[in-house]
Amino acid sequence: MGMTMAEKILARAAGRSRVEPGEIVEVAVDLVMTNDITAPLSIAEFKKLGVDRVFDPKKVVFVPDHFVPAKDIKAAEQSKIMREFALEQGAIYFEIGRAGIEHVVLPEHGLTRPGMVIIGADSHTCTYGAFNAFATGMGSTDIAAAMATGTTWMRVPPTIKFVYTGKLPPFVTGKDLILYTIGQIGVDGALYACMEFTGPVIDELPMDDRITMANMAIEAGAKTGIFACDDKTREWLANVTSEPYEPVDSDPDAHYAQVIEFDVSNLRPLVALPHLPSNVRPADEVRDLPIDQVVIGSCTNGRLSDLRIAAEILKGRQVHPRVRCIVIPGSQEVAKQATKEGLVDIFLEAGAVFSVSTCGPCLGGYMGVLAKGERCVSTTNRNFRGRMGHRESEVILASPAVAAASAVLGRVASPFELN
Amino acid sequence: MPMRGRVWKFGDNIDTDVIIPARYLVTIDPQELAQHVMEDIDPEFASKVRPGDIIVAGRNFGCGSSREHAPIAIKAAGVQAVVAESFARIFFRNAINIGLPVVEAPEAVRETDTGDELEIDTENGIVCNLRTGKTYKATQYDEFIQHIIRAGGLLNAVRERLAARKAAEAGQ
Repeated sequence: MGMTMAEKILARAAGRSRVEPGEIVEVAVDLVMTNDITAPLSIAEFKKLGVDRVFDPKKVVFVPDHFVPAKDIKAAEQSKIMREFALEQGAIYFEIGRAGIEHVVLPEHGLTRPGMVIIGADSHTCTYGAFNAFATGMGSTDIAAAMATGTTWMRVPPTIKFVYTGKLPPFVTGKDLILYTIGQIGVDGALYACMEFTGPVIDELPMDDRITMANMAIEAGAKTGIFACDDKTREWLANVTSEPYEPVDSDPDAHYAQVIEFDVSNLRPLVALPHLPSNVRPADEVRDLPIDQVVIGSCTNGRLSDLRIAAEILKGRQVHPRVRCIVIPGSQEVAKQATKEGLVDIFLEAGAVFSVSTCGPCLGGYMGVLAKGERCVSTTNRNFRGRMGHRESEVILASPAVAAASAVLGRVASPFELN
Repeated sequence: MPMRGRVWKFGDNIDTDVIIPARYLVTIDPQELAQHVMEDIDPEFASKVRPGDIIVAGRNFGCGSSREHAPIAIKAAGVQAVVAESFARIFFRNAINIGLPVVEAPEAVRETDTGDELEIDTENGIVCNLRTGKTYKATQYDEFIQHIIRAGGLLNAVRERLAARKAAEAGQ
């Protein structure tokens, strides 16, 4: 019997000819990543191992992005621990002003390539599955062990194949596809599994949208989400790296735990209402739900195409008087390009604020924390209770198009509701 | 050695944001984290929980972030074990790695309430509700995971392996 792409990557990394779902294998890792929240704990644990150097400084990455530029003294001290360790080890380190949000920055630098095994102390590490990598989030101690040994253990996940057919309607994006999927299967619908995204709709889907989908695989409980490597993947990589890579594809007779097909021709722009990403409704069915804040950005939707859609909607319009609209570029590169294209002017003219690149508001860190009773439409990935601030605040997840339209109308709205 | 403890019951999809809100992630000090454990699902929990207590919860416990601060906060608050219908995978790994016993026992969860006393035998995968006297099977760990538990967490397991590697190299 054949293997899925996830199984092939793990088999190769384990030095085996094949692996089976459920078995535990030790694999070599190609990239290990942490950020300012998870690195200090990883570093503390690493030091307890009695090892002086990381296994390969070219494969260990540190990205300050969650609470930077430092939001307070304690956050500054956490970042300092990471910066000093990264520099001392000669590891890859992305300082603010030259970088941004980890899952936006690493692909921009060609560090996430087909066939790789990538682990990160951040649950959205599964983002890199968009590049045909096996990528998954772990905790700080797992990352510490991998930094020391260059290996980790994996339970080979069963793969669930998702086939998207039909034709994607206007303003329906990768964000809507993944919200729809999570709405259908639930927040533990792919628990421990690999979600393989396929079908004619996926073949046509731009890389930015694929990245958004892979990013939120964790919100269905998945270990990872993965896409095949095609011309779109190769084109992205050709622009950012000359490193070789070895793509994998699933065999025609690969075994899937489940095959789920969605015809998406009639899909409308969606939102996920509080307090679970699976609480999905069409945006135009949510009537008269006033909002206080809109956030457009994050590792989920902070890329150039996301800002372009938001700008397309905000151009010549004004953010509603009662709404704060915060636009956050995913990286310095995104910020530069958005400036060049005039997107930043559009945001500023519309009455939105254009922030530095940070994860800040997504997890209630800073730069857009919600007060008691406030409600926010956000292009981020989680709407758990208290996620963006007070435990009695609310987060509604949506695409940049829905978020921008909601910012203008001052309530949850579909872009089709604008004149 | 079976453990015994008083139960605090929670529902499904208890996420890492309510276990330890991100506003407290500016420290890795376990005691500081423990002061805020479960704060956004039950603001009084940290003052009510006693050493040796057991958290019992529904499906997908620990979903969300990779923050190891979540199991650390639970453990540092004195919670002896978490019993759930199922666990989110990163939380499960983190708990095993830091030596917080996590037990999957769906039927036991459904028939247990706050205030009950549970006896848990992790080695043999048995959970007993001492109020009702009823005994349940828990999912048993793989040999690989048991090895990490026996070593007292992932760091010790890796240390043993590194030492063995060093010894092998010296012996050559």
